[in-house]
Amino acid sequence: MAHISIVDLTHIYSMGTPFEKKALDHISLEIPQGQMVGLIGHTGSGKSSLVQHLNALIQPTSGQILLDGNDINASKITRRDVKFQVGLVFQYPEYQLFEETVYKDISFGPQNMQLSASEIDERVREAAGFTGVGEDLFDKSPLELSGGQKRRIAIAGVLAMRPSVLILDEPTAGLDPEGSRRILSNVTAYRQATGSTVIIVSHNMDDMASLADRIIVLSHGTVAMDGTPEQIFSDPEKIQSLSLDVPQSTRIALALKKLGVDLRQPVFTHEGLLSAILNYRGGVTC
Amino acid sequence: MLKDITLGQYFPGDTIVHRLDPRTKIILVLFYIIALFTADSWVSYGLVLVVSVICQSLSRIRAKNLFKGLKPMLVIITLTAVLNIFYTTGTPVLPGWIITWEGIARAIKMVLRIVLLITGTFLLTYTTSPIALTDGLEILLNPLKKLKVPIHEMTMMMSMALRFIPTLIEETDKIMSAQRARGADFETGSLVRRAKALIPVLVPLFVSSFRRADELAVAMECRCYHGGEGRTRMKQLKMTSADITALILGAVFLAAVIVIRRLGF
Repeated sequence: MAHISIVDLTHIYSMGTPFEKKALDHISLEIPQGQMVGLIGHTGSGKSSLVQHLNALIQPTSGQILLDGNDINASKITRRDVKFQVGLVFQYPEYQLFEETVYKDISFGPQNMQLSASEIDERVREAAGFTGVGEDLFDKSPLELSGGQKRRIAIAGVLAMRPSVLILDEPTAGLDPEGSRRILSNVTAYRQATGSTVIIVSHNMDDMASLADRIIVLSHGTVAMDGTPEQIFSDPEKIQSLSLDVPQSTRIALALKKLGVDLRQPVFTHEGLLSAILNYRGGVTC
Repeated sequence: MLKDITLGQYFPGDTIVHRLDPRTKIILVLFYIIALFTADSWVSYGLVLVVSVICQSLSRIRAKNLFKGLKPMLVIITLTAVLNIFYTTGTPVLPGWIITWEGIARAIKMVLRIVLLITGTFLLTYTTSPIALTDGLEILLNPLKKLKVPIHEMTMMMSMALRFIPTLIEETDKIMSAQRARGADFETGSLVRRAKALIPVLVPLFVSSFRRADELAVAMECRCYHGGEGRTRMKQLKMTSADITALILGAVFLAAVIVIRRLGF
């Protein structure tokens, strides 16, 4: 059984007013347990609307979202409980930090779950461990830390709820390469340790190509493409027609093709490009 | 939910009311308010009502939007009506009743006054963009500069405040969603609990407001902003013949209301 099932989901904003806008148009998707999904799409394609449906922040205009086979919008109680099972990290999550200390901020989620003090403490330490937030920072004010640190604390605040689905909306936006790498490796560590399903919304195709098991491309509220990175990036023209980018390595392969060097295989990671070029030199001659 | 607030909202349009110079409109609203508070008889109230309705229909602002602005005032309006009905002495409607004919008349007049006051001033903000409004205000208050009142700075602050209302609303929505995703609950519990639940929203909101203010100040300094002295405008306000006609009509209207009161109709 799929971990998350999205059944014929449609969402229309401001229905019945002149500002009516269809954000999601009959979307159906099945996401199995433990999958790492990259969600991409141009601005306004419905990515944010879709992920906010998955933890019942927004209710569907029509259609259903099932988590482990149960409708998350069945009642007020399920709508609240699903927020602890589906952890959603918003864009620029550091802007939501509010507590006096890092420790208290990370514990906000578990406290809302009404866990015991010892359980909360355990979860805060575990989440801080996943995101590389040292215990020496626990008593500091989150506001006086660096941008990368703040973001890892904000992510820890979601991980502390131990969600079985982790959704991150542009987790690396505005960070330097080192900070981005750290965040992505934190997420990978969490997924490996817990077997959680992870959905990352991103514009960085290189990250998506190397990390994701599956890439879903949204366009104008519908699923335009859905497949493994290999399948998706084997059709670079289609990706570009959806006003999206392809990974650097794919671009190099495309440029080589224009120069008459056809690598004859989809290339989407640096390693893949390297081996394709080496194989080309070793095997085929023109 | 937060987006329903109509404070300082502007509905773009291209009617005669929209095209009038903001200065004209501010003066006319002033005339209108004076007339409204001068009016005491049914005849003068009728006149103000007719003028108000004519202006509203000229502006083509939907009545629904005008009345939406009245919603927050509903309590005050009801209270005014009730107090006036019960606490005015005069001839009872039926023998032995507290309610008097005078009370009913006064209640109707007071409610009419509040409704006309709100819808009239709303017409100004609905048909004038905030920028034009503060520009007009600045020029009208110019004489006060002689008294060293920092008019330019004050109107600048006002236009900035208006400019940031939608931004802040959007930001509040975003932060609320983010905290809700961490299990924050804004809807249930006692009043105290609900007020406490707002802390995770208010703190980040304050922090980001300060950050935004800082950024704005730097951006303004980078462009050599140094206050109002010697500053010219990209869009010069111009009085047209329509403005003059409107001002004359407004003055006539105000004079008529005053005359009616003097003559005691």
